[in-house]
Parts: sequence; structure tokens; C-alpha cells
Amino acid sequence: MPPPTTDRVFETVSGRVVDELYTKESISTLSYERDLADPGQFPYTRGIHPTGYRGKLWTMRQFAGFGTPEDTNERYKGLLKAGGTGLSVAFDLPTLMGRDPDHELSRGEVGKCGVNVTSLADMETLFDGIDVGAITTSMTINSPASMLFAMYLVVAEKHGADWGSLSGTIQNDILKEFIAQKEFIYPPRESMRLITDVFGFCADKVPKWNTISVSGYHIREAGATAAQELAFTLRDGIEYVQYGVDAGLDVDTFVPRISFFFNSHSDFFEELAKFRAARRIWARVMRERFGAKNPRSWQLRFHTQTAGVTLTAQQPYNNVVRTALQAMAAVLGGTQSLHTNALDEALALPTAEAATLALRTQQIIAHETGVTDVVDPLGGSYFVERLTSELEAETLGYFARIDTMGGMVEAIERGYPQREIAESAYRFQQALERRERIIVGVNDFVTDDEPPMGILYIDESAGETQLAKLAVLRQRRDNGQVARTLDALRQGARGTANTMPLILDAVRAYATIGEMCDALRDVWGEYVEDAVI
Amino acid sequence: MAIRVVIAKPGLDGHDRGAKVIARALRDAGMEVIYTGLRQTPEQIVSAALQEDADVIGLSILSGAHMHICPRVMELLREQRLDDVQVVVGGIIPDVDIPKLNAIGITGIFLPGTPMHEIVDFITRQARRRAGLEGAGAKP
Repeated sequence: MPPPTTDRVFETVSGRVVDELYTKESISTLSYERDLADPGQFPYTRGIHPTGYRGKLWTMRQFAGFGTPEDTNERYKGLLKAGGTGLSVAFDLPTLMGRDPDHELSRGEVGKCGVNVTSLADMETLFDGIDVGAITTSMTINSPASMLFAMYLVVAEKHGADWGSLSGTIQNDILKEFIAQKEFIYPPRESMRLITDVFGFCADKVPKWNTISVSGYHIREAGATAAQELAFTLRDGIEYVQYGVDAGLDVDTFVPRISFFFNSHSDFFEELAKFRAARRIWARVMRERFGAKNPRSWQLRFHTQTAGVTLTAQQPYNNVVRTALQAMAAVLGGTQSLHTNALDEALALPTAEAATLALRTQQIIAHETGVTDVVDPLGGSYFVERLTSELEAETLGYFARIDTMGGMVEAIERGYPQREIAESAYRFQQALERRERIIVGVNDFVTDDEPPMGILYIDESAGETQLAKLAVLRQRRDNGQVARTLDALRQGARGTANTMPLILDAVRAYATIGEMCDALRDVWGEYVEDAVI
Repeated sequence: MAIRVVIAKPGLDGHDRGAKVIARALRDAGMEVIYTGLRQTPEQIVSAALQEDADVIGLSILSGAHMHICPRVMELLREQRLDDVQVVVGGIIPDVDIPKLNAIGITGIFLPGTPMHEIVDFITRQARRRAGLEGAGAKP
């Protein structure tokens, strides 16, 4: 080997040291049949479909929601008209935290970070004039996932859509809330019960629904490295499967409906290798650890979002370029669906124009670059295969540590993944401060006079509208029926009944999100995290 | 004596990366840092500042609720006669709101991409200035 050309150590954005050159020696232990195989073949490193994107492009699913359900309904119609192929609902913080707009903690938050949905009435408005039987909808909702899912099911029923053919996703991933995003309500074990209830209910009644989207996105945004994102997310997936099995479900009935959600960050090759590694690890875990026999249980399907945390408030047009490159990594990694961030999202929720440009970015990749014509075009690259194997090995190391702790719930209770992520976040920040890492427009190539940018400004009017609507709802509905269904929900939560049918009854009676979540708070209490830095 | 800082996450938002990173950076710069944890009401934050004898309150707000939270914190500080506590805000604050926050006495507003040392310098400078004023006031 010739001597290295410089003493400088080259690292990925996650701090992985990379060599100057990769050769066939770099992958000498790799077996094509065992470790790669053709697309559509176990362990699916090269993709789950034999024809890649020739058969079907990824779903261009833009996460959107703000203000009132009326405001967001209009945005959805616009996105579908612009060629979006699926919807993805962003809820506001009161909805995510199971609080009505008139709760003290909701003040100033209604409609700010997403759309406010307080009851079935709001869900009806949100999908007014949209054929829910013809599109797929993803809902980013976790602690109160059952409640919002129940609202969607009732809306579908009212539209005349059959639950048997209804398709979409609820995020329903509480573990990453404890680990990273912190929108939890109930303690971990009770929260896991709600999730296994959804698994059981859907296997029976809504068989095409993706019951969970096990999410690394938020773990990465909180500061994890690529390997930590991969390890914690897949280990969360294992935990859900284990809880399902422990609840008496057959692996091959519910695992095919588990999907994943990853971040696509700036380090191009490490990211696309991460997606390939994810498929290989999951296939092996499902077959070897859980004895799954259905190939659909082995096949990891995932949604990707470009990395919000890489967007800069400075020189925001640079974000279009960042997002395009991150989206390209996701596509080369074989994502099933994709959200591209808008250029103004370090400043505010996106304007309609910025959201359209983000969608156009995907359309350009899909229709102009030719990258969709060949399946796994980077398969066999010495570097990409080496990265894929390294990420797999690191992930298995984390699995072993978490298994030793007794599982992911136990690891979370000990604060293990939380600490690992906080450490990585701080290390990254220090590297920026020392300018060992350059962010264009932030710590180098800075412009002094930047023109101001027009942003979407959400005022308090959405909050006022939602408050007024809630007051009317409480007058008009049958409050006796609401009280009866909430009592039944409390009763069910104390026992072992599946909570989904009980929640559906409460939803049909127009019980609010706050009332339903409070009913469960009465029984299960609330989780409070230890505040550590 | 070390500058005492309460770092707080008000509102319903759980995105605490920024709050935790700045808490550690301030601690590494020699300040005493108390992190309140998530979902604190303005009342809880002011009460923490009182109990901890804080010189500074740092609010991390990304959710857009700053125009509700910040005025309330300032009002409660006045009620508790803690007007001398310096309040700084970090997060996503639209340009149009910055003069409004300045007008209620919040001058340290740190947007995404702000280097940590800039925040450390700002807090240190303000604290020194206040200490200087107190010293001046104590003279006969």
C-alpha cells in the first residue's frame, strides 16, 4: 500500500474514520449470496423489490399540517393537485400531547407546529373532499395514536371506504419518544400496551394498515450518529415484535405491517449504506431471532425524511441543495417513500411555495436524473459495501449491550440511549465551534447582509377558532354518551381488553382527544422524565 | 462567584437537543447550570429561578409559543420582584417578533446557528454589567 497522502484524519459526519481508498481487500469477507443477494432476495441488502423503482416509484409524501383543519385541508388539496401521491399529517403539540385547546398547557400552541385535531369533527373537516379510499395517509402521532387512528377509521367509514382495503400508516412509536422526541404521556409499559392493542386490532380489522412506523428520524435529529440511529431504531423494532409475541400474537400476522422511518443526513455514502444495512439486519433478526417464515416479515420497508437539523436559517436557499443531495441518498438506498424538507423550515413551517419546491425536488430526481432506472446502482462498490458491513457490526454491538440490560424498555428506563445521543450531540456541536466541521453559511462562507425571507406566520387565530368550535361541540353532542364511553375506556384500561374498540366508541360519541387521554391518565398516570444534562 | 443559570423548556414541546447542548456549554464555561426538564409552565420556571437564586433564565422555545410564554415569564418575574434576573431566549423566533420581545426586556435572542461562545459571552457581559451597577448602587 502506498503511504497516505496526508496526516489528517477524514471522518464522516458521524465521526467514522474513512480510508483514502477502498479495494477488494476491504470487502474480502463479504459473500454475495449470504450478505447481498439480488434485489428481492434474502437478506434484501440490495432492495426488497426485484425491479426496484422500475416497477413503482417511491411515494412522494410531504409532511404537512398547520392551523385549523380547514387551513390544512386546503394545503392537502394543493399538494395532491401538484402531483403528491400520499398525505402525511403533522399534528400540533396539543394534539400530540393529548390536550384539548382549552387546557392551560395548550395556550399559545394550538395550530402552531401542525394542525389541531380535537375531535372526530376536526378529522371530518381535515379530509373533507379527499377520497380516503383512493389515497394513503400517514399520521405522525404517537402517545394518542389509537385515538387519532380511530377518528380516521370513522371518517373512512363515513366516506364509504372499506377498512379491509384502507391503507396508510400511523407512527405509533412510543419508544423513540422516550429516547428522543419526548412527546410521551403514559409510562413505557402502559404505552406499549396501547401499541400491541393496535397490532391485534389491525391484524383482524384493518389488515393493510401499517400499524407502526418505527422511527430513527427523531433519534438522529436529537443528535445520534448514523450507527446509533440504525441501532436504536432497529432495537426498538425488536422490542415491539417481542411485546407482540409476548401478547400472544403470531409473528407473521403482525410483523409484515411494521414499517420504518429513517433520517437522510448529509453524509452521502454513509447514509445510503445505512439504508442497505437496515434491510440486511432486519431480515436476519426476523428470521433468526424470531423464526419468522413469511418473507414479508423479513422485508424492511421504510419512509425517509431529509434531515431537518441540517437546514440553516442563514442563506436558506442553500437548503434546497442540501435537501436534494439527502433525497438522492435516500433514493439510492431504496426508500419506499420520501419527504423532502422545504428551504424555509429552519425559520418556520413552510410556505406553500417552499413546500411545492420541495416536492419538485423529488420529481426531478425521479424523472430527470436516471437514478431510478437501475436497481441498487451502488451495490458492489468497495466503499459502500464496506460501510454497510461496518454499520451492521456496530448495530449488532449496540443490540448486545441493550439485550444485556434486559431490553429497550429497560435501557430507556436507565437513560442509556438518551445519554448516548446527548453525548453525540454535544460532540458534534463542539466540532462546529472548533470549525473542525464546516456548515456553509453558518461557520464559514458567511454573508453579512442577508435579505429577509417571507415566512408562514401562524398567529393566535387558529387557537381562537378551535376554542370556539370546541365550546359548540360540547354543547351539541350527547354528553351522557360521551361519559359512558369514557367510563368504559377507563374500565377496559384497568383490565386486559383491547382498547381500540373502546376508543372507537368514544370517538363516535365525539369525545375529545383531551377527554380520551385523560381517561387513560386516570388509570395509568403520566410519565415524568428525569431531567439530566 | 459563578453565574447561576436556569435553563428551561416551556410549553408542550419535547425537542430538548438545544437546551441540553447549551446547558453543557454554559457549564463548561464555568457557570452553575440548573436544567428544569420538559414542559414547564411560566410559574414553575419563575419559581425555579427564585429557589435557585438564578442570575439568568434561558428559555428554549421552538414551537412558536414564545409570544405567549415570554411575556408571562416577564410578568411573573416583576411580580416576584426578580426584575434583575436576565432572560435570554433560544430557538425559532420569527424576525417580526424580535422587537416585541426586546420591548418587554428580552435582549438576548439566539436563533439557529448561533455559536455557543456568542451566548456565553453575551451572558457573561450582561452579568458583569449588572454586578458593576450593583456595586455602584451600594456606594454611599
